Amino acid sequence: MEDAIRLTYQISPDDFTRAGEASSDVKKKLKQMGVSPEAVRKVSIAMYEGEINMVIHAKGGEIRVEITPKRILMVLDDVGPGIPDVELAMKDGYSTAPDEVRSLGFGAGMGLPNMKKYTDRMEIETKLGVGTKITMVVDI
Amino acid sequence: MTVRDVKDTLKARILTGEGLLDQEVRSACGSDMMSDVLAFSKDHSVLLTGLCNPQVIRTAEMLDIVCLIFVRGKKPDPSIIEMAAERGLVVLATGHRMFSACGMLYEAGLRGGAI
Repeated sequence: MEDAIRLTYQISPDDFTRAGEASSDVKKKLKQMGVSPEAVRKVSIAMYEGEINMVIHAKGGEIRVEITPKRILMVLDDVGPGIPDVELAMKDGYSTAPDEVRSLGFGAGMGLPNMKKYTDRMEIETKLGVGTKITMVVDI
Repeated sequence: MTVRDVKDTLKARILTGEGLLDQEVRSACGSDMMSDVLAFSKDHSVLLTGLCNPQVIRTAEMLDIVCLIFVRGKKPDPSIIEMAAERGLVVLATGHRMFSACGMLYEAGLRGGAI
C-alpha cells in the first residue's frame, strides 16, 4: 500500500528489563506523526501487552508495524509454545504465567483481553509447539 | 490539584522531575500489578505503586501517567529513575504505605477516575 510506513522489531526472549522498548519506540513515532492521542494510547497499550507476552510466554519473536493514514496494523509473530485453548486464554483473569512473572507485576490474565479491548480488530493464529501470530488493527 | 500538591500532601521526596511540579492531575490509581493498571486505568495521571522495576516506568509511559509515586519507602534503582527522567515523568517517594498514601490523596481531593 502506498504511503505506508513499516517498522520491524526483534523481541529478545528472557530480557524482561528491555520488554516494552519496541512499543515505546512506536509510541514516540506515532506522536511525532501527529496521530490522535486516543489511537496512540490504544496502540501503545495493546502492543505493550503483546510485547510483554512475547517475553513471558514465548522465546521472543518479531513485531511488524504498518502505519497508513487510515489505520495502524501490528503483527506479533512469536516462536513459542502456542496457545492450547484460545477461548480460555481470552477470559479475564485466566493466566498461565509463573509466580516469578507475577512478582514482576504481570500475569494477571488481562493481557489478551486487554489487547482485544484496545484494538478495533484482533486475530490469533496459533500452533502448539510452533508459535503464535497475533494481528491487531487500530483504525485512525 | 497539581503534582506539587500531591508531593506536599504525602511529604514525599522528589526523585526526578523537579521542574514539572505545576502539572495538573485529576485522578490516581494504586496497584503493584502492572497488568491491572494497564487493564483498568483510563485517564489516570498519578500511579502509586510498591513495585520497583523498569516495567513500572514503561507502564506509566504507555498510559501517559504524569506522576509516579513509590510507596512503602521503596528505593528504585538509579537506572529506573534515569528512565523516568528521559520520559519527562515526575517520580516521588514516600514512606507511607499504599492504603495510607491513597487515603491522604483522596482526602486532599484526588479521585479514582472513571470505572
